[in-house]
Amino acid sequence: MRLQMLKQKRMMNSSVQAWILLAPTLLFISVFTIFPIIRSFALSFTAYELGMKRPLFIGAGNYSYFLTSGLFWKIMKNTLFFSVLTVVPSYAIGLSFAMLVNNNRKGIGILRTSYFYPVVMPLIAIASIWMFMYMPETGMFDQILMNHGKRPLAALSDKNTVLPAMAMMYVWREAGYLMIFFLSGLQNLDRELFEAARIDGSTFLDTFRRITLPLLAPTTLFVTIMAITDSIKLIDHIVIMTEGAPNNASTLLLYYIYQQGFIFFDQAKASTLTVFMLFIMLIVSMGKFISSDRKIYYN
Amino acid sequence: MNTRKQKALGIFVHTAFCLIIAFLWLIPLIWMILTAFTESTFVMKLFPHTGWTFDNLKYVWNQVPFGRYYCNTISIVVFTYAVQFVTMTMAAYALAVLKFRGSGIVMAILFVQIIIPNDILIMPNFMTISDLRLTDTKLAISLPFLGTAMGTLLLRQQFKVIPKALSDAARIDGCNTYQIIRHVFIPNSKTAYISFGLVSVSYHWNNFMWPLIVTNSVENRTLTVGLALFAKSKEAVMQWTNVCAATFIICAPLVILFFIFQKRFIESFVASGIK
Amino acid sequence: MELTFFFPVNVGGSVTKLVDKICNDWNAEHPEAIIKPVYTGNYDDTVVKIQSAIQGKNPPDLFISLCTQRFSMYIQDAVTPLDEFIKADGAEGQAYIDDFLSGFMEDSYVEGHIISIPFQRSTEIMYYNKDTFREVGLDPDNPPRTWTELAEYAQKLTKVGPDGNVERYGVGIALNSGSAQWQFTGYCLQNSKNGENLMSDDGKSIYFDTPENVEALQFWCDLQNKYKCMQPGIVQWTDLVGQFLSGKVAMIYHTTGNLTNINNNATFDFGTCFLPGNKRQAAPTGGGNFYISKGISKERQQKAWEFIKFATSPERAAQWSIDTGYVVTRKSALELPEMKEYYEKLPQARVAYEQIPISKPELTSYDSTRMWRILNDAIQAAITGEKTPEKALRTAQAEADEVLKKYR
Repeated sequence: MRLQMLKQKRMMNSSVQAWILLAPTLLFISVFTIFPIIRSFALSFTAYELGMKRPLFIGAGNYSYFLTSGLFWKIMKNTLFFSVLTVVPSYAIGLSFAMLVNNNRKGIGILRTSYFYPVVMPLIAIASIWMFMYMPETGMFDQILMNHGKRPLAALSDKNTVLPAMAMMYVWREAGYLMIFFLSGLQNLDRELFEAARIDGSTFLDTFRRITLPLLAPTTLFVTIMAITDSIKLIDHIVIMTEGAPNNASTLLLYYIYQQGFIFFDQAKASTLTVFMLFIMLIVSMGKFISSDRKIYYN
Repeated sequence: MNTRKQKALGIFVHTAFCLIIAFLWLIPLIWMILTAFTESTFVMKLFPHTGWTFDNLKYVWNQVPFGRYYCNTISIVVFTYAVQFVTMTMAAYALAVLKFRGSGIVMAILFVQIIIPNDILIMPNFMTISDLRLTDTKLAISLPFLGTAMGTLLLRQQFKVIPKALSDAARIDGCNTYQIIRHVFIPNSKTAYISFGLVSVSYHWNNFMWPLIVTNSVENRTLTVGLALFAKSKEAVMQWTNVCAATFIICAPLVILFFIFQKRFIESFVASGIK
Repeated sequence: MELTFFFPVNVGGSVTKLVDKICNDWNAEHPEAIIKPVYTGNYDDTVVKIQSAIQGKNPPDLFISLCTQRFSMYIQDAVTPLDEFIKADGAEGQAYIDDFLSGFMEDSYVEGHIISIPFQRSTEIMYYNKDTFREVGLDPDNPPRTWTELAEYAQKLTKVGPDGNVERYGVGIALNSGSAQWQFTGYCLQNSKNGENLMSDDGKSIYFDTPENVEALQFWCDLQNKYKCMQPGIVQWTDLVGQFLSGKVAMIYHTTGNLTNINNNATFDFGTCFLPGNKRQAAPTGGGNFYISKGISKERQQKAWEFIKFATSPERAAQWSIDTGYVVTRKSALELPEMKEYYEKLPQARVAYEQIPISKPELTSYDSTRMWRILNDAIQAAITGEKTPEKALRTAQAEADEVLKKYR
């Protein structure tokens, strides 16, 4: 009996201590992650524009506004398209890089650095440089085209090329980032397996398809989800390069939120869009949840 | 003998291929540096054709208070990590070592932040900061990030691996919780701290939207915001050389630091990413 | 006390230093009320910054913002009407107001109240490269006066190199978000039936899709596609001046605020002239005014008011105009010897001033920022060929009407 009481007391002490230790972190997360989510949700059912003293409840008005708005769907399409345009190449190139540098030859560090260094630069800086490179007629790309007798492209002015152009810039950066995850994944693979395959006379492609890819599956899943989440919340480059031009061909969801919230100061609409974005994040992250990573969290 | 030659050829081709791609990848950086360090001219061609000069850098450094922006960014980054260090250590210890009711709820709350990054909550967080009357302060830039789910979970992993024997021994020696954390757990988790530290520093150094929204004056502005304002301004007469010079000023430290510590840097990124 | 003062810069040249100087001069004379200038980017960025600050309940004590923002400022109750300050100054106050050019003072009124004071005001003028005119056999002292002449001259001035690439375009108009609407105001005024603008005076109605406006937008598209004398795509406001100075474009539409900048850097003989017209010649005014925030103490407001009078004194107004190229805002400043000398030395500067009588305010209405975006998107859609000018403007009109419904 006494032992039980002691145990319970220890557990309570433990509890109190635990909660005290957790308090700061929980406080910050509650105020800056949980509460904003709730607030966005609440405001999304109101109208709250510039000049209004307080929000006005309007039910699902904002939702129907967006779901029937051509512009909204255009932006969602842009976001999806951009995501695919960046994730797929970054993945492919990142993996290729990792395989290229997965050895210990002299100077391999230099190579790895050359592929990875864009990750260290702020996206704003990268966007400035690439905006310069894409400048109509005086930028690097157009100059190369013109020197070869082709017409200049003005990539950022054309609604058909603006998203691919921005994607290329982002892939240049993201590939290096994904490379190191793949590198780590590759280095954790058992060398003996590859030795055995080589002795058996397996070709490179065969080895890749049958051994490398399947063994990399956990890494792949993790990397893909991370790349998708990263690509969905991109905004810095839009602010500097196009501001959504031409005619919103390059507007992505987070920029639309920024525009509604901070340029037009329509807090209700911005909150509604935030809810949409939360929803998307949730779906994408489900993958992370469902994957084997869960074990790591709970063990 | 043939296979040796084949192997050597293979390696040669492989290396050449890697080098070509590396060169391609370096082009934007080279382009930026060349433009930043050559004399400005209105007539721009593919290869800069004017003289080498430091004038652009000097002009930009004088026009824009980059020194101030550097101080701001460094202090924000350091402050943020310092506070994160404390909050995540405490929280990780509680989750890894202590047994208590409600740990499931705590994990759930942490999960929410893992799934929903603060970047997309700029609108409501701005409203919160306004309500707290903290707009245009450096503190406001750090505030949403001071509690970190990612750091906590990463550290928790690390703490769990520390043998119970160590903390038991310390307790027998009469240490209280604080001392145990300080002498047993923290020293044995260097990797995790460094990993997360590098991610945190990198993220906050590069952060743009949030500092843009939340600060106004030069005293509180960060490097990224300073660059954006400058690039979009009409101050620069020959804009692109100046913008490149400004970009160079901002990127140089991290890129140079990176070239020096690249191995460690890359390892840390990986450790913090795959959980 | 310390007063925060947000200000934008939208032109080239070291304008932040000029603003700093005015503040330093004031601070030397008035140590009890120090003004702290804060540069907040270009006009668009500054509008956002000011709004954020207001929303963040931390507004600057005074600021310079677009005169087109006055309805938004008013409806948010963010700025103090200046009538009482003017009245408190008695006869002097009235004389102060009357001394401002009416073309500029016009857009300080909302519902009969004066809520801002003109400071860095401009109109759009055309800069042209006289050397290129001579090169193609055009008279350098006879710039184009009509749309037809513009198209004609621009085509003559466009030079195509041996490799088929255009070495020089005849004319350049900035079409990025934040700039396109300014130039379009000019074209609208030049072509409208009776000189109507894009909006009504009370800021509650918008007229985007009149047949005359469609014609104007079509003309822009023609310059790019039919006459091929304008660079295709979206040229940035900031890049246009560089292009002009490097000889890549012979004529540009730009603000007079860049005059000093261009004058200091041009390596060729350049001229300025009125914007070519169609039914009439006309131009948009633009630029920023001083506003005083509402939520601050009466004492601060008073000091802010005095600073504004200080910064807009005839001498300073004249000096500002000389240093930047912005149009002088006060009649008395014109009489000053330094102003007369300036016009003598730089006759190109007169053009902007002489164009004032035919200039009208740029697109201003309730929810201005949104209106600009709607119009700019429409213009971009037409220019890039996504929609016909008519469809683009029709869509814009519908969107604009939707937004303005609640203000009527």
